[in-house]
Amino acid sequence: MLDESAELSVSITQIVQRLKGTHLHSQLEKQAKECLHKPEIKLETLKDDVRRLLKASGWERKLQNAVYRELHILPPPGHPRAPPEHTKEPLAYMCKAQVNWEKRILKSLNSMCTELGIPLARKRPVPEQKELTNKWNEMGTDEPDLSKFRPVYAPKDFLEVLVGLRNPNNERSEDLTVRSHWGLIQVSLNVRNIPQMREMYPELGLTFGQLGIDDHTHVPPDLFESEHIHIGKKVVSEQDSAAAQQYSRQGCPTGLRAQLWSLILNTTNDPEDITHYEQLKARVIHHALLVDNLIYKDVKLTASNDDYYFVFEDYLYQVLLCFSRDTSVLEHFNYNSATPPKSCIQSKSGSEQSAVVYPPNGVIPFHGFSMYVAPLCFLYNEPSKLYSVFREMYIRYFFRLHSISSLPSGIVSLCLQFERLLQSHLPQLFYHLREIGAQPLRIAFKWIVRAFSGYLSTDQLLLLWDRILGYDSLEIVAVLAAAVFAFRAENLMEVTSLASAEAVLADLSTLKVMPLLQIFLFATSV
Amino acid sequence: MQVVFLTFSLTRAPKPQPQTWTGQHEKFIPAGILPCLGLSCQDKDCTPYPRYNTTVPLRDNYPPRQHSSLNPTSSVLRTLDRRHRTRREGRNCIRYRCGLTNTIQDVLNQRPGWVEVKEDGDWDFNWCDVGWLRENFDHSYMEEHVRICHFRNHYELTRKNLMVKNLKRYRKTLEREAGRMEAAKCDFFPCTFVLPSEYHIFVEEFKRSPGSTWIMKPVARSQGKGIFLFRKLKDIIDWKKDGSRSEEQKDEAQVESYVAQRYIENPYLIAGRKFDLRVYVLVTSYIPLKAWLYRDGFARFSNTRFSLSSIDDQYVHLTNVAVQKTAPDYDPEKGCKWQMQQLRCYLTAKHGFETVQTLSKEIDNIFIRSLLSVQKTIINDKHCFELYGYDILLDQDLKPWLIEVNASPSLTASSQEDYDLKYRLLEDTLHIVDMEGRLTGKEKRVGGFDLMWNDGPVYTDVGLEALGSSCLVANTHLGCVNDRQKQLQQLLKPFPGQKKT
Repeated sequence: MLDESAELSVSITQIVQRLKGTHLHSQLEKQAKECLHKPEIKLETLKDDVRRLLKASGWERKLQNAVYRELHILPPPGHPRAPPEHTKEPLAYMCKAQVNWEKRILKSLNSMCTELGIPLARKRPVPEQKELTNKWNEMGTDEPDLSKFRPVYAPKDFLEVLVGLRNPNNERSEDLTVRSHWGLIQVSLNVRNIPQMREMYPELGLTFGQLGIDDHTHVPPDLFESEHIHIGKKVVSEQDSAAAQQYSRQGCPTGLRAQLWSLILNTTNDPEDITHYEQLKARVIHHALLVDNLIYKDVKLTASNDDYYFVFEDYLYQVLLCFSRDTSVLEHFNYNSATPPKSCIQSKSGSEQSAVVYPPNGVIPFHGFSMYVAPLCFLYNEPSKLYSVFREMYIRYFFRLHSISSLPSGIVSLCLQFERLLQSHLPQLFYHLREIGAQPLRIAFKWIVRAFSGYLSTDQLLLLWDRILGYDSLEIVAVLAAAVFAFRAENLMEVTSLASAEAVLADLSTLKVMPLLQIFLFATSV
Repeated sequence: MQVVFLTFSLTRAPKPQPQTWTGQHEKFIPAGILPCLGLSCQDKDCTPYPRYNTTVPLRDNYPPRQHSSLNPTSSVLRTLDRRHRTRREGRNCIRYRCGLTNTIQDVLNQRPGWVEVKEDGDWDFNWCDVGWLRENFDHSYMEEHVRICHFRNHYELTRKNLMVKNLKRYRKTLEREAGRMEAAKCDFFPCTFVLPSEYHIFVEEFKRSPGSTWIMKPVARSQGKGIFLFRKLKDIIDWKKDGSRSEEQKDEAQVESYVAQRYIENPYLIAGRKFDLRVYVLVTSYIPLKAWLYRDGFARFSNTRFSLSSIDDQYVHLTNVAVQKTAPDYDPEKGCKWQMQQLRCYLTAKHGFETVQTLSKEIDNIFIRSLLSVQKTIINDKHCFELYGYDILLDQDLKPWLIEVNASPSLTASSQEDYDLKYRLLEDTLHIVDMEGRLTGKEKRVGGFDLMWNDGPVYTDVGLEALGSSCLVANTHLGCVNDRQKQLQQLLKPFPGQKKT
């Protein structure tokens, strides 16, 4: 093990490495050079003077935010001699499971390709390019025949894989406690119990004001809310990522959320971001991909049918089609247990074969994928802005919801966390549901995979995502899933089949997220 | 009968509640504070999950009146408020007549102590359509306590030409009496002319603004029928003598008046789509004016993407369907709706609280001014009340425009959510009309309705703690949380004959 200071210096080196050569770097240099012409700069105190000026002009804050962002996606420090795959996923059996899962997905994609006789990618003829350019803003009006396409996989298929996970080092016949046999997840990972959670989420405690609770009480009239909004405006004007993140733990006011989130995620929407988006758009217009059909199909199946999100259909295409072409997304595979899928292309001579990542961003969309974008349409109008916020959300959080890994915020841990909370909190309920063949995870899994998008009403969903950003963790999603079961426990105790249990939990649109979380974590005896 | 009695008392007995939540209010409310009666409670928010309610529907355990003498529950009914008994001459129920077969019928049917009367029986309460009103109102004698859901000449507000006429007159009066500034507050309806009577001033105005788009609407038709857009005067001249129209349409055109209205060319779009707002306003009296605003409502989205190029010359003689697609009040795909709360949340997210606050103030102004414009014209009658459906359009600068007012807003539901909204709306309307005498008359809020105007603006009661609240805050909450169930339970006396739990 490395000691702390060595760890720190490794991280610093890594971050410096990553920021070198970025646009920010060149801008900082330019600013520094420009301020040399200013009269207040003295040669004797050159370094300090330049620093002071950069601070005063807000560039220091920009650098801070950029460093803060890098810290979020920095892989956990490992031993310097450990191979890079180990930082992706330290457990061999998890790696293997992920590899097998990827093989299955790719096979399914390839067979669809052959079955339908549609190439993975093709250049669009010029008239088609023109047509697409013209209706870029209304792609939803197109009604292509998608009956032959089916989603590559649905959350249900993925759950089966997770249920099948086994640690080969455990002799399964003995050794495991009774409790671990209860649930569907059969691997042992370290997950928090309620007292640990209380330490982890102090700001959700009963003594703290919460948006989503304290803005709805009428006595005293919205005292907390107006104070909280006041602070929120200050945070926005300071342009400080770290402060915004801390602030978000108590919820973002509706009117400030868009600004606060892009501050937390450090998506600045610079001219470079806009150009980047335009480049991606051009790639969509030039080439058609097989995955486009999957995206179309998914949007039509999910968001277009949603009571809230149907309006945003066009935005979803504008974001998701560009996302599939974005090779900068590949970077997140440095810390994602998954590996981007590869496909062979024949070179023109036909003699050589070379492997390319397919789709270019390395992410094969599954059924419900577009629901990661849909709630963000509520906050951002401009496609380029919407795009960069979504991409950052994906490479920080959402990828974890469909990659097999042992990381604390990974889907396996979340599932186990959910089961453990329910088992220790409401053992009778868990037992009852298990006995009637309605394993709680079978019902909750779809919520967790989508981080509840499409299940809660929009305002409540955004309040939940505030906390994901605020605590930089998806763990809260598992807590909410357990809290929902606790809330409807009485009704669930009366059901006698999986179908009726599902009926009890079919509509979550009337739930109020924050009271549920707060009660579950802080007002229940453990 | 014994069994009936048992279920009756059982549903009223307070259920033993767990110490966590009631499971019926999805907010943190300690058990026992707000027991849900399961009576008038059709509120979605009030049931743990939709259509999984185990409480027996009200009809089944509230015996119809004709059996009351035989039924054990008549003892309960006998405890009716004395005042009401004498007023209704010993009757212990409210007799209603309902001319519509939709949500309103369900609401009336399920209201405790209300009984439907046959075709020509006497009634205490009448939810009629405007046709019935036209034929019967003048011939009927109404007792003091009787209520009916329209004012005699409601069309002064709800016919497009008369509304504009009244608004223009009101604006003139304001300008004369209070000056230009005050009159400018009436500039919330697009420039409109009645054809054929105002044809000449219309042509003058039309020539002053070349290139603008106009919309032509028949005054008495609704749901976008007969609407078309035009940009050239030639188009309406052609239209007037268009041989391609059917004989029937020609005949109609001869008797029918039209309004020509400046088309709002820069509507506010959400994801490229145009929408309008449907907001509900209840008027219980014109002199003095007393008006209530409902918190819920919805935005109706058009299914097509908005673009002015679709009104190009080649499309001027649009077919009906095409016309309706660009018509503001056409609902091409039922269910293309957002609840008002959703819209308010969206606009707040995009533009901030202050902007939305200003917007709702301006929308309030539309309701008040339009009602004041007909205050002296409408025949005030204490038997009458009216629920108006306002159609409002927002433009890019978030300025609200009044499109039209409907006296019989559609009460037919397009979805479960829509049904729930309309059910709540009508229930609260009946609470305010208050046939049961459960209110004091001083309420500022009843369920989802907030009192907006009571012979003058109404302000919220602001607590002393509120910071810097020297200014008055309007008592309206369009698109805000509608926690009506809770409010109603604190407010209302129980239905006659029903014990308070």
